[in-house]
Amino acid sequence: MGERELMKGNEAMAEAAIRAGCRYFFGYPITPQSELLEYMARHLAGRGGVFLQAESEVSAINMVYGAAGAGARVMTATSSPGFSLMQEGLSYMAGAELPAVVVNVVRGGPGLGGLQPAQSDYFQATKGGGHGDYRLIVLAPSSPQEAADLVYEAFDVADRYRNVVLILADSILAQAMEPVELPPARDPASLPAKPWATVGRGERAEPNLVNSLYLAAEDLWALNQRLQAKYRRIEAEETRWAEEWTEEADWLVVAYGSMARIALAAIRQLRREEGLRVGLFRPISLWPFPSRALARRAAGTRGVLTMEMSTGQMVEDVRLAVEGAVPVRFFGKTGGVVPEVEEAVEAIRRMVAETEPRHAHPVR
Amino acid sequence: MERTLIVAGFGGQGVLSLGMVIARAGMSEGYEVSWLPSYGPEQRGGTANCHVILSDEPVACPLVGHPQTLIAFNLPSLEKFAQRVVPGGEILVESGLEAAVTREDVRLYALPALEEANRFGDTRVANMVMLGAWLELHPILGDEAIEDALRRVISKRHHDLLPLDLEAIRAGRRLMAMARA
Amino acid sequence: MSVTLRPVFEPTRGLRSDRVTHYCPGCTHGVAHRLVAEVLEELGVLERTVGVASVGCSVLAYNYFLVDMQEAAHGRAPAVATGIKRVLPDRVVFAYQGDGDLAAIGMAEIVHAAARGENITVIFINNANYGMTSGQMAPTTLVGQRTTTTPLGRDPAQAGYPIRVAELLDTLDGPAYIARGSLHDTAHVLQAKRYIRKAFQAQLEGRGFSLVELLSSCPTNWGLEPVEALDFIRERLVPHYPLGELRKPEGVR
Ligand SMILES: Cc1ncc(C[n+]2csc(CCOP(=O)(O)OP(=O)(O)O)c2C)c(N)n1
Ligand code: SF4
Repeated sequence: MGERELMKGNEAMAEAAIRAGCRYFFGYPITPQSELLEYMARHLAGRGGVFLQAESEVSAINMVYGAAGAGARVMTATSSPGFSLMQEGLSYMAGAELPAVVVNVVRGGPGLGGLQPAQSDYFQATKGGGHGDYRLIVLAPSSPQEAADLVYEAFDVADRYRNVVLILADSILAQAMEPVELPPARDPASLPAKPWATVGRGERAEPNLVNSLYLAAEDLWALNQRLQAKYRRIEAEETRWAEEWTEEADWLVVAYGSMARIALAAIRQLRREEGLRVGLFRPISLWPFPSRALARRAAGTRGVLTMEMSTGQMVEDVRLAVEGAVPVRFFGKTGGVVPEVEEAVEAIRRMVAETEPRHAHPVR
Repeated sequence: MERTLIVAGFGGQGVLSLGMVIARAGMSEGYEVSWLPSYGPEQRGGTANCHVILSDEPVACPLVGHPQTLIAFNLPSLEKFAQRVVPGGEILVESGLEAAVTREDVRLYALPALEEANRFGDTRVANMVMLGAWLELHPILGDEAIEDALRRVISKRHHDLLPLDLEAIRAGRRLMAMARA
Repeated sequence: MSVTLRPVFEPTRGLRSDRVTHYCPGCTHGVAHRLVAEVLEELGVLERTVGVASVGCSVLAYNYFLVDMQEAAHGRAPAVATGIKRVLPDRVVFAYQGDGDLAAIGMAEIVHAAARGENITVIFINNANYGMTSGQMAPTTLVGQRTTTTPLGRDPAQAGYPIRVAELLDTLDGPAYIARGSLHDTAHVLQAKRYIRKAFQAQLEGRGFSLVELLSSCPTNWGLEPVEALDFIRERLVPHYPLGELRKPEGVR
């Protein structure tokens, strides 16, 4: 493995993509992902690739559609308002089963919102986002290192399932510099072939077609059944999470991305100073959501606290997973206001107090 | 061991690179490190700041809520962050600003970094004077690590300024030594 | 004495001979398909062509062309074609778009693909209305023309003026070849084919963006018999949308 480099998350993601064999990037500038775009602009041409600044996120995602359909490893990156504009293209890519990697460095919303970090695009990211019954595989790193690792792997995952993989990041990890050990570079020529891609018919008798239109209802139903079968396979094979101090934990905090780092600092402090047995459960794949693993962990505890930089989105999946077995509480701030470690500490203390046995609501 | 800093000033005063030099040098000295800049419109003409952590343990969270050290180059930064410094921590400010610090429970060092930089004929190295001052207080980063970090942080076309930067760092060390004496 | 039979006509290998198109009787979308397919065959590039179908009556074009195809979202065909061409610069890439698709919802995509000089060919079907969604106003609908959303005729005070796409794109530096043809009679069909060939030729020579606008009939939504629809093109559309080559690369005659 290589040396550790001090890198911004945005740059680490860009470099990891190139090393994964991605040679095509189409994007539109928006804070706070522009460093990723600019990194690609600086590096791709020199490494045999193409960087193109599109006229909008709408065009960018459709260029990704074309390039993915032509068999290339391709990427785009944006932030919340741009991600909204990409929903149409993402829905078409789901229908046409095209693989690509998309990064959303989430900023506060709604509307033009702000430039500061947030996690308020969770619903849009994990529940489909555009029209139709589809899912993106959503991976949420919590450090520049993990961002690089997940982007690198995301290209393989996308190709394996012919599905878009979304990296849901925030500007803390996108702009923070931490030591990153980069994965080895792969030669695009060494990647598995894509016989379905539209590259010109050549010797083939039947043309290839990249398409999401099915005018006969039974055909569209058949596509949907095929997609659902694929999604079940992805749920079985691609669910990811991390745990810290969850063995014999009395309470569980659930948080992802940079919020999980804040939670970790808070938990570390509480364990050290007050001896509270609190564990951290950190979903890495937000879709598929690690429901079963979370349910298992939550079962032995007195309560679960979900922390988000939103007004409460992932908490719905946490509740669905826990199914009322133990109380699920929520703490969050959004709009770019990042919760302080002390606030997280306070929130955990509150949950602990409320879920001590004498306060616990009986579960019927 | 854990050292946490917030470095703040006007955009263009080199606060981001000051922090980055500490983080890079820290990494080559074997510490776990993080560096988190302020972002967005704050950078446009207004104030800029960065959070820096050096630690023996993996960094839990790159945000520094309550720094051990605040290095402040202007009044708005001082007003924004002075109350956040941990009790027993320290504030390094440009001289003339010290009157704005009302806290009794922190060590306060007012240093004429700008004036010193002016003597070198380049006010841009005021950040390096402050870096030297901080290094004098916390001798945990070797000269070699600092020099190497400088080489990486400063863009290649400004590498002719390196000797000046090193000179400014030494001057900062002297200023701090005098201030403590 | 023996007679040798020489074929005087063969269907193009660029279209599937076993499929009947879904176009209405008298619709010239089919003529445009054939011209494109014949040109690709004559240029010997069918095996290395990737087409992009758009959203409109020609949405199923991929069922007829015997080349690799992608189906794009409404208006986005130039962006999709850009993605393909950037990955496969040595393939022939074309987009086939209607006037609602290209000049309304997809105006940004076409203008920027043209401005970039993207080395693709766009076949632009101007039938002065939205065919597929049953005859609403298009950006190309003439002043006074009745459509289902301009039941009293297009009133500029309320609905503005028609866009001349070829002329609009001709203001840009990016395009290499821009022409407007018409499909209303044999002579013009042959002329249109020459334009289409030059457009693809420009792409093959790497000269950059090429577009051929084709005035095309929509008897169904115009409420006209097929022959009347051809007259409508000649009498109403051609005067407003002058035919000819607006932009030619240097050295091309
Ligand atoms: C986003 C979106 N909006 C609206 C539609 C509905 N729609 C389908 S075809 C069409 C108009 C196509 O007209 P044109 O491009 O002129 O092609 P024609 O049918 O006349 O050949 C519209 C509005 C759609 N498919 N997608
Ligand atoms: S509706 Fe008009 S454009 Fe569409 S197929 Fe029929 S005649 Fe052709």
